Amino acid sequence: MKRLNRRSFLKGGLASGVTAAAVTGSVGKADAAGDFGGYPDSMGVLVDLTKCIGCRTCEAACNKEQNLPAPDKPFTDMSVHDEVRHGGLPRRTSEKAYTVVNKYEVEGREHPLFRKVQCNHCQEPGCLTSCFVNAYTKTPEGAVIYDPKVCVGCRTCMIACPFYIPAYSYSSPINPVVKKCIMCYDTRLKFGRPPACVEACPQQVMTFGKRKDLIDLAHKTIKSRPSLYLDHVYGEKEVGGTSWMYLTSQDAPFGEIGFDTHLGKQPIINYVKEFLAIVPMVLTIWPALFTGFHLLATRKEAKKNDESVS
Amino acid sequence: MKTYVTQGFEPIDTLKKPGSDTPWTLKEKLLLGLSSGEYVKQLVRNPFNWILAIIYAVGIPIILGRFYYGLGWVTHSSYDYPWGLFLGWGLFCMVPLSASGFMLGTTVELFGRKDFKPIERLGLLNGLLGYFFAVMFLQADLGQPWRLIYPMFVSLGPAAVLFLVAWHVATYLTVQVAELVPAASEMMGWKAPKKFVKSIVLGLTVAGIILSTLHQGALGALFTYAPGKVHPLWYSYSFQWFHFFCSSIFAGLSMLIVVSTLSKWFLKWRCDADFLGSLDRITLGLSKGASLALITYLIIKLTAVAHDNEWGLLFTGWGQWYIFELSFGVILPLILYTVAIRNQSVAVARFAALIAVLGILLNRLNTALITFNWNLYQEIPHWREIVITVTIYATYILVYRAVLYRLPILYTWKGESK
Repeated sequence: MKRLNRRSFLKGGLASGVTAAAVTGSVGKADAAGDFGGYPDSMGVLVDLTKCIGCRTCEAACNKEQNLPAPDKPFTDMSVHDEVRHGGLPRRTSEKAYTVVNKYEVEGREHPLFRKVQCNHCQEPGCLTSCFVNAYTKTPEGAVIYDPKVCVGCRTCMIACPFYIPAYSYSSPINPVVKKCIMCYDTRLKFGRPPACVEACPQQVMTFGKRKDLIDLAHKTIKSRPSLYLDHVYGEKEVGGTSWMYLTSQDAPFGEIGFDTHLGKQPIINYVKEFLAIVPMVLTIWPALFTGFHLLATRKEAKKNDESVS
Repeated sequence: MKTYVTQGFEPIDTLKKPGSDTPWTLKEKLLLGLSSGEYVKQLVRNPFNWILAIIYAVGIPIILGRFYYGLGWVTHSSYDYPWGLFLGWGLFCMVPLSASGFMLGTTVELFGRKDFKPIERLGLLNGLLGYFFAVMFLQADLGQPWRLIYPMFVSLGPAAVLFLVAWHVATYLTVQVAELVPAASEMMGWKAPKKFVKSIVLGLTVAGIILSTLHQGALGALFTYAPGKVHPLWYSYSFQWFHFFCSSIFAGLSMLIVVSTLSKWFLKWRCDADFLGSLDRITLGLSKGASLALITYLIIKLTAVAHDNEWGLLFTGWGQWYIFELSFGVILPLILYTVAIRNQSVAVARFAALIAVLGILLNRLNTALITFNWNLYQEIPHWREIVITVTIYATYILVYRAVLYRLPILYTWKGESK
């Protein structure tokens, strides 16, 4: 293989830069929005909800992998699917469970549909961008991980998460921290292995792979059986794209199985940028502007002082 | 205290004992010139102190419990409502009501309106204490309050809105302490600090405006992180920061009218003739400022509805609530202030100020708690959370009163060497 020295690198870089500019029209234009858009080779999971039978094996695998406390009801108890919490809502992720599977009876469908809930590992996560101590990291592998050692406990990440995922260990007086799925980063993803829940699933509901390949796979799957699948890959575009993506069936659209279909395609940080843009303006313009107002407002006094001196 | 004053007692307002050259000791100054026994007697005589005592009897054990058993013991430990009353009331309501500090600093020092001088220090103190106690509320709410300085020195997330809030509230607290140094200097007989602050007062004031514009706005911008969670009528990603900033102007001015009225009623013995004599004129002056901010706010609120084309939402249940908030909290005080200014009626202006303060409380609680998660369910705070909130607020009032008793805020220190 030809060794890449600095000279050839520069030449090559220049050439490809010019080509890229010619192809995309303008280099500047491509970067104008300043979106991050995710790491190119990040991993993801495609969840085919039509295959899920709600057996909770993934919940058990997660509990074991993450050393979470024993659940109130064993993982073999299917009555949890009928549990209703505050506000008539089904179960959600908590400090004791990073993933839960919920059952949805959809009108006009013979069988219920099950939906697995866990962190979706956004490309541009709301939790990460709202954190004032930088406790969150989006790793190149695609996981959104969290550093409990610097967390102050302001819980803005819980406000900012559009999927209501992060939980907080309120019960701990000394060391309360955010609890959420980290895609088994420490024990598996870092070494290229799929998360525990994916591997444990007896129905092969979840496919682990490069996110860009999974998007292709998702669209191919939809095209292969257009009468079964809804033509929408949830997570491909939602809030700027997520590492976890979902397929559902035609007769159980996402809105009816607990997914928020009004989130839009913008990452959460985009809604905050209008404010962030005024910060440098206020910092630079205000001092001169208000000192000017002061001079203007006190001009009569200044004039009087001038006259008394002369 | 009133009783002593009617008996002919004069609280200390000079450095040296009358008719002699001996200075008052610090203890004498702190006890206002009363003996310890007399001081305790007036404490017991004041019925308000009995109310405080009851609040503390219940509240202090619960505050200790919050740090011993954790947040889970005093709140519902909600994952869906991570922010409750501590921030909803303590941060989002206290901070706009404390905007008086930078408003009055700007009026007097920057615009040179010396006619507002008698109330300037009350405005500054209202600002300082409001911010300080907002931080106390924050400390009650943070999971790990001992890490409060982490965003400053340990692990920095400078792109986050809360990072800006943290830095600005910290620096602004410093600015407000500096602005009140002259009051403390007079009482203690220090000369250098007062002279120094006087020399940098314009810089402090401009810093106050910058920091206030940004952090008042930033408190609003914190909610732009939650587009589907805050009801669309209370959410505007373009104008949220301006709604919070603009409303903080009339909130601060109205709070100052309320506080000065309370001082006039309950602390009359401590107010000097300069303060009492100019208060009616100043109240109407503040009313003018507040009404200008109110009309600006009303228009930008309606602009936000038009900008996102949310007129249809006004006909829903939440829409009625929104219309109520705007009518009661903005249009009503606006009309009352206008009537007050036209008829030179101070009583109406004071009533308008009270309504405007309630209106701001309603708006902030609506944004942070009531309309938050509008499509999930309504969260009612745990009773212990309410008790802690009341206890911290009672401490705010207690400290406020203690400072007004002593520092030359409502009165002018006499015999001060220039």
